Amino acid sequence: MTTRKMLSLTIDGHAVTAPEGTSILEAARSVGVVVPHYCYHPGLPVAGVCRMCLVEVEKMPKLAPACATSVMEGQVVHVHSPKSLDARKGVLEFLLINHPLDCPICDQSGECKLQDYTFAEGRADSRYREAKRFSPVEDFGGDVLYVPNRCILCTRCVRFMSDVAHEPVLNVSERGDRAFIGKAEGNDLTHPWAGNVVDLCPVGALLSKDFLNKARAWELDRAPTICTGCSQGCNAVAETRDNELVRFKPRSNLQVNQYYLCETGRAGYREFNRRDRIREPMVRHDTALQPVDWDVALGALVQAVSARRLVVLASANLSNESLFLLERLQRLIPGAGIFRVERGAEAALPGVPELALRAERVANATAARLLGFVEATDVTDVLRADDALVVVGDDLEGIDSAALDLAATISYIGTSLPDALADRAAVVLPATSVIEEEGTLTNLRGRVQRFLQAKSAPGAARPTWFVLTDLLARCGGDAPFGAPSDVFDALTSTHEAFAGLDYDALGLGGVPLTEIGSTPVTATVGS
Amino acid sequence: MGFPHRAHPRETPVLSRYFGDTGARTLDGWRQRGGYEALDMALDTDPQALQAIVKESGLRGRGGAGFPTGLKWSFMKPDGKTHYLCCNADESEPGTFKDREIMRWTPHGLVEGVALAAHAIYAETAYIYIRGEFTEPLARVSAAVEEAYAAGVLGANAMGSGKRVDVHVHRGAGAYICGEETALMNSLEGRRGNPRIKPPFPAVAGLFGMPTTINNVETLATVPYIIKNGAEWYKQFGRRDNPKSVGTKLFSVCGNISRPGNYEVALGFPFKDFLYDLCGGPLPDREIKAVIPGGSSVPILTREEAEGAMMDYEGFVAAGTMLGSGGVIVFDDRQDMVRQIARLARFYAHESCAQCSQCREGTAWTTRILERIRDGEGSVEDFDTLLSIADNMSGKTICVLSDSCATPVVSGLAKFRHEFEAKIVPTRGTVTVAGAVRAAAS
Amino acid sequence: MSHGPAAGIGALASAPPHGVHGDTPYTAVFTGDRRVELDRILSRYPTKQAALLPALWMIQDARGWVSEAAIEEVAVVLALTPAYVKGVLSFYTMYHQHPVGRHFIQVCTTTPCNVCGAEDVVSAMLRHTGCSDLGLTSADGRFTVVEVECLGACGFATPIMINNEFVESVTPESVPRLLSELQ
Repeated sequence: MTTRKMLSLTIDGHAVTAPEGTSILEAARSVGVVVPHYCYHPGLPVAGVCRMCLVEVEKMPKLAPACATSVMEGQVVHVHSPKSLDARKGVLEFLLINHPLDCPICDQSGECKLQDYTFAEGRADSRYREAKRFSPVEDFGGDVLYVPNRCILCTRCVRFMSDVAHEPVLNVSERGDRAFIGKAEGNDLTHPWAGNVVDLCPVGALLSKDFLNKARAWELDRAPTICTGCSQGCNAVAETRDNELVRFKPRSNLQVNQYYLCETGRAGYREFNRRDRIREPMVRHDTALQPVDWDVALGALVQAVSARRLVVLASANLSNESLFLLERLQRLIPGAGIFRVERGAEAALPGVPELALRAERVANATAARLLGFVEATDVTDVLRADDALVVVGDDLEGIDSAALDLAATISYIGTSLPDALADRAAVVLPATSVIEEEGTLTNLRGRVQRFLQAKSAPGAARPTWFVLTDLLARCGGDAPFGAPSDVFDALTSTHEAFAGLDYDALGLGGVPLTEIGSTPVTATVGS
Repeated sequence: MGFPHRAHPRETPVLSRYFGDTGARTLDGWRQRGGYEALDMALDTDPQALQAIVKESGLRGRGGAGFPTGLKWSFMKPDGKTHYLCCNADESEPGTFKDREIMRWTPHGLVEGVALAAHAIYAETAYIYIRGEFTEPLARVSAAVEEAYAAGVLGANAMGSGKRVDVHVHRGAGAYICGEETALMNSLEGRRGNPRIKPPFPAVAGLFGMPTTINNVETLATVPYIIKNGAEWYKQFGRRDNPKSVGTKLFSVCGNISRPGNYEVALGFPFKDFLYDLCGGPLPDREIKAVIPGGSSVPILTREEAEGAMMDYEGFVAAGTMLGSGGVIVFDDRQDMVRQIARLARFYAHESCAQCSQCREGTAWTTRILERIRDGEGSVEDFDTLLSIADNMSGKTICVLSDSCATPVVSGLAKFRHEFEAKIVPTRGTVTVAGAVRAAAS
Repeated sequence: MSHGPAAGIGALASAPPHGVHGDTPYTAVFTGDRRVELDRILSRYPTKQAALLPALWMIQDARGWVSEAAIEEVAVVLALTPAYVKGVLSFYTMYHQHPVGRHFIQVCTTTPCNVCGAEDVVSAMLRHTGCSDLGLTSADGRFTVVEVECLGACGFATPIMINNEFVESVTPESVPRLLSELQ
């Protein structure tokens, strides 16, 4: 890699050093100066059309678009000089003359750049006295609605579809103030990554049908999470309203998913709002599962697995910590540890290298493999008569339930009791989903990434790692760990693959496992 | 030659010499009139020598910006890359119709200039982009290109020089903005005719991303004469006291004038003589009220200002306007300036490519206000709003279409404010909401 | 057929010629000689996309307008998407996105012609063609009249275009005779 020449300049009084070729906008951002903009987006080719990012550069005759102007040695830039402010005030007024000003009924309200910048730099009134342009809402197909009245023609959506998704199904149609974002009949926004246009839209012109009228932006609580829709490990934000998940939005991570999240990932939030959650620990008495307290239930589970061969069917969506604790349990009580992988069609986002909805539709198969779990299609491969079977998180979808009867005893730890276990489970422990706990996951490239708790768990449900650490201690293993970070420390100190990682140092962007970083894990499995 | 009128003795017909002469349209006819001698000569000359001659001649771009042609060519170096020449035949600046006549009467003159310029900038391929409405010029130039290929003037071994020169004609489809050089390139590439952000400039990354030179029809048609007769010959035309503007220039004259048409004069010609002598002045019983001297995008002059102007780049700047494309639009005393300025604004609103916010919204807003004033529904505050919008539209966009819309508004309001004021009917002024509330409360 | 959200009023929605509004069944344009011609055009450019405007002209010359089906054909032939083609098509005012009268009459009314009375020519055109408004086709399918921005023949006010033919110096008085020559 050639090193780029570093240039020094001044932006709003801040001394800035930036590599040659950096835009003024990005250089300003690096010192915390925000240049208001609409059409510019770091993931898209520069369009330079909204003209919002005009800034004053000393010795330049005209105001310069900060997104399309490269830094120069010794440059003095004024982002907030009267001239720059006037120009942007002018742009804001133009953008609003035909805008319906319907913020009270607009989904973008509260996270709208038109609102933000108008509040910060715009006029308090409008001098526009003519009739406003009106065009009806259009269904763009997929999850996307187009509200042309609010559109500022920044063309982010058009550029995303053509330059990132490589499927130009959107265009700018017509000219002048008659222009609008158009599409061709029968060519809908059905690309597996098309939903990103809604996030890219800086105003309320492109809306998610799924999220339509669900919540105001300011009513939402947000937590960083990792999408568990596949093994890519896209960084996301889980947004909840009154402890109900309402949507996933992409969280930028240039190493993993840049700024994007696929349709499958977005749709994944519904799973976390299931109503059929197990609310308390249960133990089977006679034929029925009876609620008991945690102590009793854990005792029953210990009894069920003692002195038997233990088969653990772990979900490959469990955190690194939970998988590690299960692996520890298996060391105490030998048997077999397996996991299943649902597969689907891979769907790449061609404009971003190494980004795809992966064929492996589970989040943590990499860690499961590293911790010695074996991929299986069915339990029959490993289950023998008189075994104790513990299912952790797996929904048993597609498993021949009669085959389970080979086990002497079946226990379940997880969120919703699979139908197959309704009459078979001896012990049932309510645990949390990744959305309700914190921990780490390892993606297909071996990147270990943290997720935080986004909502509280129902009833008496406990974090999976917490249930497992308790169980492990009762089976004679390590003393209970107090936090996921403690479990993680134990993982890194006992497993070569995870050696050297530090829970806090993972940050929110994650850190790659060194030996896996270079060798794609998927290349060795799943064939 | 003052086509469609006879040449006036004070004209200097170089480009227009054969306007109206149907014999000049064929390859043979063009050769009989001395055509293709310059190309023949040039193809055996080093491109840099050609660039030097044109630089020395003082020729400036005749499309509107007046950029020195030789200097533009000198940006093109033998760098091993594919170069392109674009001929801008999108003539669409209201008031301008000179390139049309060049193409209709002397298509081979253009083909010769294009081929010569292609060689001079190390290009093997040239495209002549002709606006879609120009069906006759399109047919004439296409026929000339075909003839030139058939005669070996163009092609793999142009005029036996061993050099490849391909010339292709490309038809536009109705978009004023495609006369902007980077919009033209986008259009040629099969895109919307959106102007591109500069830099990169065309000489670095132009058509198909390659180094490109783009010249106007009149500019390119002039080049063979310069190569044939020398830079000194060309420099003789012009004001003695202004060496920055030399050569002859075609001016298109239209609007309320006795003899509309094209006139070719040496730069520096007195505008008053031009209007009254050459063009015959106003129609009987009328007076000239205003003149836009360089196509609709330049500031409007009052009659007095126009009569004092000299017709060259600097002369028109001194008069507070620009030479532009040389499209002279004359307004007489029967014209309603508000109506006409509103009509100009409508033109720009129609033609805005829709990229830049200021232009897309500003041109349309300006038009709506002007038309409201025209219809007697305006108020005095509208004038301030118009000027403020014009300011917000000027110097802030990718290309100058936005500025071009603001220009007649600003100059119109400055010079013909009384006509705007006369449109304001006090009792019919628009009542603001705040005003209505106050009125109701009192 | 979707006209996009900004269409609607005056979207040339009158009775089309020959009573055919859609373009079905669609027969391909780029076959035989026209395919050969397109290939010849393609050879002039380093990209297929550059042949888009010429290809759209060929469609319009053959069919009189550019239908959705034609857009799809162009898209396939030039390896573009229909949406892309539509975005480009709608930028250029000379392409007809809807059927028009047999004689498509464009009257220049931009300033230079406007000061010479171009709007009177427009009125005369509407009156004598029987078109009820600009952009609407006459009941007999013969005429569509539109105003056009500067045709670049300002010294010959008022210039008009009838399909691909230029007529210069048209006056309200010359309109009836002009129209009588058009079938």
